[in-house]
Amino acid sequence: MIYSILVFVGWLSIFTASAGEDVSTLLDLNTRYGKQLLWIGFAILLAGLILIIDAEFFSTFSYVFYLGLLLLLVGVLIFGSTVAGSKSWFRIGGFAIQPAEFAKFATALAMAKYLSALNVNMRALKTKVISMGILILPALLILLQNDTGSALVYFSFGIVLFREGFSGLLFIAVLMMATLFITTILFSETLVISVLAGIVFIILIFFKKYRKNWKPIFGIMVLSIAFVFSANYAFENVLPAHQKNRINVLLGIEQDLRGAGYNVNQSKIAIGSGGLTGKGFRNGVLTRYNFVPEQSTDFIFCTIGEEWGFLGVSVLILLFMTLLIRIILLAERQRSKFSRIYGYGVASILFFHFTINIGMTIGLAPVVGIPLPFLSYGGSSLWAFTLLLFIFLKQDANRLNVL
Amino acid sequence: MYSTDYSSRKNIIIGVFLLVAIIFIIRLFYLQVINSSYKLSADNIVLRKVREYPPRGLIYDRYGNLMVFNEAAYDLMVIPRQMKDVDTSLICDITGIDKLTFEKKLTKAKRYSYYKPSTFMKQISKKDIGKIQEKLYQIPGLFIQTRTLRQYPYPIAGHLLGSIGEVNKREIEKDNFYKPGDYIGKSGIENYYEEYLRGKSGLKIVEVDVHNRLKGKYSNGKFDTIAVAGKDLFLGIDADLQLYGEQLMQNKKGSIVAIEPKTGELLALISSPGYNPNLLVGRERSENYSKLLKDTLIPLMNRATMGTYPPGSTFKMVNALVGLQDKTLNKFTEYGCKGQLSAPIKCTHDHKTPLNLSEAIEQSCNPYFWNTYKRILENPSYSSSHEGYEHWYENVTSFGFGEKFKTDIPFEVKGNMPDNKYFDKLYRGSWNALTVRSLSIGQGEILVTPIQLANLSAIIANRGYYYPPHLLTKMEGHDEVLNPYFTEKQITSIDPDNFDIVRTAMLDVFEAEYGTARWYKLDSIKQCGKTGTVQNPHGDDHSIFIAFAPMDNPQIAISVIVENSGFGSKWAAPIASLLIEKYLSGEPQRKALEKRMMDGNLLQGDNNNNQH
Repeated sequence: MIYSILVFVGWLSIFTASAGEDVSTLLDLNTRYGKQLLWIGFAILLAGLILIIDAEFFSTFSYVFYLGLLLLLVGVLIFGSTVAGSKSWFRIGGFAIQPAEFAKFATALAMAKYLSALNVNMRALKTKVISMGILILPALLILLQNDTGSALVYFSFGIVLFREGFSGLLFIAVLMMATLFITTILFSETLVISVLAGIVFIILIFFKKYRKNWKPIFGIMVLSIAFVFSANYAFENVLPAHQKNRINVLLGIEQDLRGAGYNVNQSKIAIGSGGLTGKGFRNGVLTRYNFVPEQSTDFIFCTIGEEWGFLGVSVLILLFMTLLIRIILLAERQRSKFSRIYGYGVASILFFHFTINIGMTIGLAPVVGIPLPFLSYGGSSLWAFTLLLFIFLKQDANRLNVL
Repeated sequence: MYSTDYSSRKNIIIGVFLLVAIIFIIRLFYLQVINSSYKLSADNIVLRKVREYPPRGLIYDRYGNLMVFNEAAYDLMVIPRQMKDVDTSLICDITGIDKLTFEKKLTKAKRYSYYKPSTFMKQISKKDIGKIQEKLYQIPGLFIQTRTLRQYPYPIAGHLLGSIGEVNKREIEKDNFYKPGDYIGKSGIENYYEEYLRGKSGLKIVEVDVHNRLKGKYSNGKFDTIAVAGKDLFLGIDADLQLYGEQLMQNKKGSIVAIEPKTGELLALISSPGYNPNLLVGRERSENYSKLLKDTLIPLMNRATMGTYPPGSTFKMVNALVGLQDKTLNKFTEYGCKGQLSAPIKCTHDHKTPLNLSEAIEQSCNPYFWNTYKRILENPSYSSSHEGYEHWYENVTSFGFGEKFKTDIPFEVKGNMPDNKYFDKLYRGSWNALTVRSLSIGQGEILVTPIQLANLSAIIANRGYYYPPHLLTKMEGHDEVLNPYFTEKQITSIDPDNFDIVRTAMLDVFEAEYGTARWYKLDSIKQCGKTGTVQNPHGDDHSIFIAFAPMDNPQIAISVIVENSGFGSKWAAPIASLLIEKYLSGEPQRKALEKRMMDGNLLQGDNNNNQH
């Protein structure tokens, strides 16, 4: 239900963002809204197909899907064509398919399959290494395609791992690393290191009970210092210039309204101009005039923000939240471990896309090109999310049959 | 099972989800409701994108005289969507169109786009625009956009400068730089250097209220892009010389090409009858264009680059040079001439016999060059006259005949320099020097353009080399030469020494007792030249003259063709001489001659010849 509302809203927004003035037919395949209508048609067929297929099918062939997609990812590196700097498309006739989108659900399946195996011990190092490997393999391949956004999505599986018993400390460590990374870029290395040293010093002096643990604390400090240096090095020398710019703009170091900050600023203006209630369907002047780049794909949220206003986007966010929480609650009621883990995978991926995509349009996250689930223009992403969601729904429908 | 231990973690996860959602909603509330700097009232203010047209690059002559500049003009633009409940009669009143035209124009605009501005009326004069501007506030959806039109201080050089016009569909599809209504160079220099002249258009976003009043720049112009002016061009053309040449050619059909031999820069490129380039500007363009198109004198054709003529006697020098290079001819070689009785080619000139090379050039003896030509083709070092011809052909094409120069000269044609295959086909393989004898005196199958003829003159002036004739000398912002080919020395197959005798003979054409241009000798300037008379099957013969001067340090090489005017010495030679005098001394002293040339009207009674 929520799925169909989201898809419909997405299509309306694509329609208004890409339609000209005189719309003769909705099925005009030369336009984006016409094409998207076709994608939606296929997506519904796909959804129906999944609901017919036996639920066991997906768990049985998890690894097959996974390996198949890995092969496709390698294939696209060799045979793929380049769109907007990312070599991530298979071109078949007039249509292009992006295997990276489909790799997500395959990874979710593989992860669920692996972690649900009876002999898996969550505490064993081996388990941790292998499950990380399942994530990192496709992420690396996608990174090689120069599609950083899609690669980052695999971070979201952290949520799954957390739920399944990975230590929370790991996440705290990651959080700390992120903080250190950002502060290092914002301020100088020396400042960050002196502050770190200061904190350690204060802990050791004022909290006597920690004093006997000085060894691990010192260890953490040394590691942190090493990280600060390597982070700075990586930022200055390893990261491609355009991503560095985006991060700089996000952190407010650079005001670059014509370059990297352009999208975000245009997008904020478009959303801001929507006001409380929006300008109404097809009245979005800014989005209509191509004011915001990529407005029917990654920046589709702007169109919604401008035309439906604060009320509209709030409803949209609530819809997403309902969907996400519902998936988690459904996941929790699963009898099979496989279904539960897969459900968390679905929720994580959707959540990550939701957070980063909306975050970037309102200037809270760096601009990485990932679509808003179900709404953005594009057949690959729509189908991939449909697959992702409906496989889970099928598992859920089948839960009572599982002993 | 460990997993059961962690089911409470779902709450943490849901908590994180909700946290993000709350952050987003707060942020959106701030952006959309609280912060007004991002807010625009959609009801009252409309953003309008106004294209800023860059001024097109100017065009100067070799001395920095302006040849083409821009003048402001105004377009009335319309956005159909904003045109609600407008007073149609008011619009008709201020623009001076009737209701039907108004409906037509609006429908056309709607067909293009409801939301994007399109041109309603083009190129409105300053006077009319004032009237429209006054009432414009009453008409939402209409606004004025400033454009520039080309203007020409000298009414000359229409052919070479070319004109600009609105882009057509094909041009828009080919290059996404253009939008409907944009201007593009259609011909000549305007077309050849389009990508430099056009500049880069800017985009200004302005706020306009419902009353069509400008509210100011949107976001203080933060998102505007500035138009970048087109590059200025400097041509090798001498505008005064061009003007003078056009005046001399008035009421005559023909062309003048003048080249600076040392550089290949074109000093003048004249085709007559020409047209005033100011005619092809603005609203009257299409009307005037079709008028010019229908003219039986074909003024739109650039005779200097598209006209092809047999070179006539001016080609005798080429045969002499090939003979000298082959050693089948030297300056002491003498041939006899029996005047009208000569065979196979009779002589139309009356002169002594026998004569030597210098005298033959000076007096343009036909049999002399037939003999020269025969010796070249029947050279015993070749197995046949076909092979001899092939050798001759190679020599002749090194002068640039039979090929385009492929520089920035507009609408150039190749002419015709027949090769062996051509004659094999024409005569089914059986031909010899006698068959193709007309080529010895520049008649027959040879066709050259006036520009190739001027280049021949430049080659003789330079003693054996030329630079490809071209128009552009310099472009604003480019220190180096734009096209290195323009400065690439082209060396002919003839040794420099062989030119000396030919040059002296050409001097004698002006200075010797029987020279065919002896009436136009100047004491101050040593001119070298050669007359030519081209038999014209359609009517009176064409008069041809090539010349260069001064002999010792040539500054100008020239070709003049006056169609249907008889002997070369009658019209072409004096016009060439006057142009040389004008270029080298600034002001011709021979006023009587000048007046006779300018007043000469060769178009009267000649009309039946213009129909072909």
